[in-house]
Amino acid sequence: MTHFARWLRDPLPWLVVSLMALAAGMTSLRPLFAFLFPDLQRPVYDQDSFLALLAAHVWLVGVSSGLAVVIGVAAGLFVTRPAGRAFRGLFDSLFAASQTIPPVAVLALMVPLMGYDARPAVIALLLYGLLPVAQNTVAGLEAVPADLMGAARGTGMTGFQTLFHLELPLAAGAIIAGVRTCVIINTGTAAIASTAGVKTLGLPIIVGLAGGNLAYVVQGAALVGLLAVVLDLGFDRMEALLQMGPRSLVGRREDAVEGSAGRTLR
Amino acid sequence: MITFDGVTKLYGETKAVDALSLAVQPGEMLMLVGASGSGKSTALKLMNRLEDCSLGTIRLDGDDISRMPVDALRRRMGYAIQSVGLFPHWTVARNIGTVPRLLGWPRAKIAERVRELLLLVQLDPDVIGTRFPHQLSGGQQQRVGVARALAADPDVLLMDEPFGALDPITRGVLQRELLRIHRRTGKTIIFVTHDVNEALMLGTRIALLDHGRLVQIGTPLKLLASPANAFVRAFLGGDDYGLKLLTVESVSSRVRAGETAPGAPVVASASLRHALSEMVSRGTDRLAVVDDDGVPLGVVGLAGLVRG
Repeated sequence: MTHFARWLRDPLPWLVVSLMALAAGMTSLRPLFAFLFPDLQRPVYDQDSFLALLAAHVWLVGVSSGLAVVIGVAAGLFVTRPAGRAFRGLFDSLFAASQTIPPVAVLALMVPLMGYDARPAVIALLLYGLLPVAQNTVAGLEAVPADLMGAARGTGMTGFQTLFHLELPLAAGAIIAGVRTCVIINTGTAAIASTAGVKTLGLPIIVGLAGGNLAYVVQGAALVGLLAVVLDLGFDRMEALLQMGPRSLVGRREDAVEGSAGRTLR
Repeated sequence: MITFDGVTKLYGETKAVDALSLAVQPGEMLMLVGASGSGKSTALKLMNRLEDCSLGTIRLDGDDISRMPVDALRRRMGYAIQSVGLFPHWTVARNIGTVPRLLGWPRAKIAERVRELLLLVQLDPDVIGTRFPHQLSGGQQQRVGVARALAADPDVLLMDEPFGALDPITRGVLQRELLRIHRRTGKTIIFVTHDVNEALMLGTRIALLDHGRLVQIGTPLKLLASPANAFVRAFLGGDDYGLKLLTVESVSSRVRAGETAPGAPVVASASLRHALSEMVSRGTDRLAVVDDDGVPLGVVGLAGLVRG
């Protein structure tokens, strides 16, 4: 009973249910939108199902963020290894530049090269989300205290063992914070990909803005906003689990990981 | 067992260790002593190759360590440092089991070994084993650090100012513990410190370094009684040379058997300095002496301290 009660008090399941219900049942809200926007002939966007748009949106964010995580973490690992340390400066400016260039500009450059499909959007979002992942990975790894690294070497851990037993577990909090930032900003930014013809929750917004249909804009925006909140809460849960797990990071969290890295990019 | 043969470590132009030659005897506790910058800590790190020699060779049981696989070498040598360096995301038990796990010991054997070591460093395995390092006091952390260094039963224990960051009382307790562990395990221990009293109290022998060079090596008594030069005398003796002499000799050397004295006894392994302090504080010139198990051995008297 108490377990059930706790579940009821948790906003995350409710928000997930609301998101799915809103996406599935937007058409049943037609009377509401007709009342709110009486001048519109078609008060509910119906060229695509909102569920399909939601799925496409999540897919685009997932693929682009997934690639950003793979590349960002790999790059972060590389420049903190002895062999890659020399590339640190190059790495910093490259990733900073990748976020400086607006995704819209990347789309505009990529569409003529690649055509109107999802690839330009994936690249634009990937570049945009790379910086927080890579930067947090480096910050997290560099925050591992030197005395611990010395102790690990002294016990005879190899470089790989030190990485997997010590560095990555201690940097995990910072890395996940970076992934969270990446996913959240990409959830918002993915809507722009619909300017290049990709189906996302941004499509009703763009169609609505172009055609003066504010109801479409509201419908798309509500779903994007709700999705972002759901994902953010999901990461919140994941970080809490990480802290409570058997390999608890509670001890060093403040001074080793969170202080220098985790909070900066939230 | 460990020999340094003309070992030099260069950092640019600076010689951190300069043509160091010495032999560490099996089972001894060798104290590397010197001021900061004397190269004592570097000399220690050369042994487990956290640093590599610029010139010369270090041999372990006759084998040149620069030709050994570095990780295997380190797993044969326990390593304890001042900052302890316990892994914060692991329990105490898991920390202690680090090297056995790297060596691929079976799980049950590791658990048994961890228990044994926690008992050796006088921590309760059932209470402390499941805790995380941040839940321990500084002294407890360093005990765990020593246990971790001993985990895989290495022949050699390297200790780099392990008690330097502890308060004086805890340090004293852990120093006595280390002596006990040394007697029980018979490990070869190489111990870096800048604390002369610590060196005199713990060392089987003391190697005094200055600017990377070995100035003198010998038993504490030898270094105090016949210092090679004024530097040794000044470094070790300071302004309480007589008290230092009392530090390096144990009560057992001055016991008069067959006599008894009132009051709480001192143990035979305690230093003469400790005995003197007890006499002064209790206002007596005679103390009963017992061995480690509490069996009466006789009496030590004030005159006995002076007679030498």
